Amino acid sequence: MKLDSKIPPGELSQKWTAFKAQAALINPANRSKHKIIVVGTGLAGSSSAASLAELGFQVEVFTFHDSARRAHSVAAQGGVNAAKDYKNDGDSVWRMFHDTLKGGDFRAREANVYRLAECSAALIDQAVAQGVPFAREYGGYLSNRSFGGVQVSRTFYARGQTGQQLLQGAYQALMRQVHLGKIKLHTRHEMLDLMVSDGRASGVVCRNLDTGHIQSYEADAVLLASGGYGKIYYLSTLAMNCNATAIWRAHKRGAGFAAPSWTQFHPTSLPQLGSHQSKLTLMSESLRNDGRIWVPKQKGDARPPNAIPEEERDYYLERRYPSFGNLAPRDIASRAALERIEKGFGVGPLKNAVYLDFKTALAKEGQETIAQRYGNLFRMYEKITGFNAYQEPMLIAPAAHFSMGGLWVDYQLMSTVNGLFVLGEANFSDHGANRLGANSLLQACVDGYFIAPHTVMDFLAKAKPLPSGPDRGKQGAELAQAQKSQLEKWLQNQGSTTPEEYHQALGKILYEKCGLRRERQNLLAAREEIKQLQKDFDQNILVAGADGPINFELEKAGRVADYLELGALIVEDALQREESCGAHFREEHQTSEGEAQRNDAEFQYVSVWEYTGKHNPKLHQEALVFEALKPTQRSYK
Amino acid sequence: MKLTLKIWRQASTQAQGKFETYVRDDFDAAMSVPEMLDHLNRFLIKSGEDPIAFESDCREGICGQCGFTINGHIHSSDAGTTTCQTHLRSFKDGETLWLEPFRVGAFPVKKDLMIDRSALDRIIQSGGYISVDTGPAVEANSQLISHETAESAFDSAACIGCGACAAVCPNASASLFTGAKISHLAKLPQGQVEAPKRVLSMVQAMDAEGFGACSLVGACEAVCPQGISLANIAQMNEEFRKAWWG
Ligand SMILES: Cc1cc2nc3c(=O)[nH]c(=O)nc-3n(C[C@H](O)[C@H](O)[C@H](O)COP(=O)(O)OP(=O)(O)OC[C@H]3O[C@@H](n4cnc5c(N)ncnc54)[C@H](O)[C@@H]3O)c2cc1C
Ligand code: FES
Repeated sequence: MKLDSKIPPGELSQKWTAFKAQAALINPANRSKHKIIVVGTGLAGSSSAASLAELGFQVEVFTFHDSARRAHSVAAQGGVNAAKDYKNDGDSVWRMFHDTLKGGDFRAREANVYRLAECSAALIDQAVAQGVPFAREYGGYLSNRSFGGVQVSRTFYARGQTGQQLLQGAYQALMRQVHLGKIKLHTRHEMLDLMVSDGRASGVVCRNLDTGHIQSYEADAVLLASGGYGKIYYLSTLAMNCNATAIWRAHKRGAGFAAPSWTQFHPTSLPQLGSHQSKLTLMSESLRNDGRIWVPKQKGDARPPNAIPEEERDYYLERRYPSFGNLAPRDIASRAALERIEKGFGVGPLKNAVYLDFKTALAKEGQETIAQRYGNLFRMYEKITGFNAYQEPMLIAPAAHFSMGGLWVDYQLMSTVNGLFVLGEANFSDHGANRLGANSLLQACVDGYFIAPHTVMDFLAKAKPLPSGPDRGKQGAELAQAQKSQLEKWLQNQGSTTPEEYHQALGKILYEKCGLRRERQNLLAAREEIKQLQKDFDQNILVAGADGPINFELEKAGRVADYLELGALIVEDALQREESCGAHFREEHQTSEGEAQRNDAEFQYVSVWEYTGKHNPKLHQEALVFEALKPTQRSYK
Repeated sequence: MKLTLKIWRQASTQAQGKFETYVRDDFDAAMSVPEMLDHLNRFLIKSGEDPIAFESDCREGICGQCGFTINGHIHSSDAGTTTCQTHLRSFKDGETLWLEPFRVGAFPVKKDLMIDRSALDRIIQSGGYISVDTGPAVEANSQLISHETAESAFDSAACIGCGACAAVCPNASASLFTGAKISHLAKLPQGQVEAPKRVLSMVQAMDAEGFGACSLVGACEAVCPQGISLANIAQMNEEFRKAWWG
């Protein structure tokens, strides 16, 4: 496996312009001869599929959802960043680049990060043109707010439903192309394998979830936009069906997996309240603009929050990070919460939470203003917990949320498999070891609208046509048959444990031993426990029903089997990296103040894992070179 | 807590369906309705029975994937709440709950509580968009949009495509769904250019899918988890009138 980042030469600010100027084009009349498969209809998938179809390519799209509009991008609440500098508060492409690279703890590629910032402004223009109803000031201008880890206001938002509104824009663009006959859309189809011919991605194998029919589909290029895998922790802010199957199966066909263990824990999720729970609901980070986080100064203080006087409250973020305060970046805010909870200052019925209090903001701005900003979030909080956050502080806690890790891609978003592109949360690209809030909607959109159209066309223009004919057809049929046999095997197994139960067990191991804090002995134990769990799964899996008609249990079995394998790699990755950076916090490597201690001398690289058989990952390194910005110790004090 | 569940079981679209009864006394009041079914399913699976097919994804009321009828209430007995956001604390210990799929001709039952709502996608496909290609668009602030207009467009755009409006409607009309998209785009200056064409084709698509006509009963507004108002239907009718008569 070779890692060639393909960063264009030249000045940082000119690289993308230079790439576009030199990218090969295909005559419009010839584009329809090229077929592109896109897996996923979230922001990254819908936007790339629509854009490539508009250019004239033949596009075929797959999603396991029953409608393209339900991809998990829909759940993003807070906002999307762009360096528009509408606030005249000193924002610029450079500052956004700086914030993102620093926020990611200098574990991302400079050129990619710069391009993300560079394309951000155009995304807002694009979305507005599509009819995305971003919040507006009374004068009619677009409104902004701030998010964690930055000191400017560059976040655009549509009440608390920014993801759903951006996705509507992308979904509508997609449906327009479906209407025009330029896109063939397959809903309720799950990709189970990647076809590779002569080292090049040549199609996918999908299962029709309504009929059970498994079939291969050929293409000249394949784009995976299958989203994040934070759900591997079972309790997470992700949707129930989010999974790693598409990228994991591609990994097994040769795509390098970068930084699998870098998962972001969101500081403002609702805490776990009982053992029946299937997910944790996020309360948008934007709440930290007006909410203040605290715990009682006295351990185990059992008084209700409103009965605890000001001087007995510990606003620990404001105390520890005076310049960023409640808006400290996510990894830092999450660890600070965990630190308080573990020391016995946690609140709530299970003592596993901290308070997010709006008292000050309500007094200053009034309930109406606060309701306008966060009304739907307060309502959601009340629906889930039964409590009114206008009257008492919210209970919040850290939860698994976003996977910075994913399939490794070069500057052109191509993986280590020729012709296989990876977009959105599924790839490892711009966020380094920690993602800044409101940067990932942006990344998914920028990947799909602005980057893939150029880089995929460049690839197709230069690539030789794939040989078609009986060999490929035969290969597809064989791969489909192999999938069918695997499903049969699970169905026939006389086991006693459901996929869900394995998933819960895996999530527990990962939370406890490879979560917000990691430590060698624990990781070694996790490695063994996951191996055992896998063995148990192979022998004891119980899958109800039959193949053919709709069978959710069968779908889950495949996803959990992949999660178990990925879980093992996550632990390996966390073990290997003897430093702390961003979301990856190794207890052994911290400063005297308890902050993450990077080790640039030995670990200034991205870990990329090659699949060489079960439990035998091979490490490759992409060295990170910083020319524009010198890595510094992150400080938000 | 104890609940008696009467759940609609139907093996496939073609098959006959019927209610089956399940009784358990180990539910937790803090469970959401999908979590209640997860819990029940685990026991069904272990005793060799086919688990209940139902859909949900985000479980936080935003993706529109969930939705069935509980004791005759579309989605939920709590107003403006999706099925996934309904918690068992809304019910009494010992209560009997009747769960059945949305009953709309245009939403065939696929299995048990699971329905096919692709008709809604086809309505959007017929024109529910602004025809703008990807690329350098005009500067976002070059066209001022008042705060009120943006908020009002958002109110319409908030639809999650769950289909509750059609399910509750005695005419099985999808007018609230269709009207919301038409209004969202017609309220914004960038969407007005295509407004006449859009309303004609979307209304036609809605009829072609077999949804009924709206007689302004208003039940849709009451069950909509996003609080989409009837004014969206009025606007659709007005846009239609303008487009039809020129
Ligand atoms: C609760 C929550 C709140 C968030 N808030 C914000 C925010 O405020 N700002 C921000 O910038 N980011 C936010 N994020 C992150 C952001 O929403 C995601 O990173 C981003 O939307 C991912 O988009 P995507 O297109 O890569 O993937 P997704 O939207 O997850 O789409 C994945 C698609 O792939 C399909 N798929 C997956 N596997 C397969 C398969 N095997 N076969 C077929 N189809 C498949 C799915 O059906 C789906 O269509 C939030 C995330 C969560 C969970
Ligand atoms: S599961 Fe997403 S709205 Fe209910």
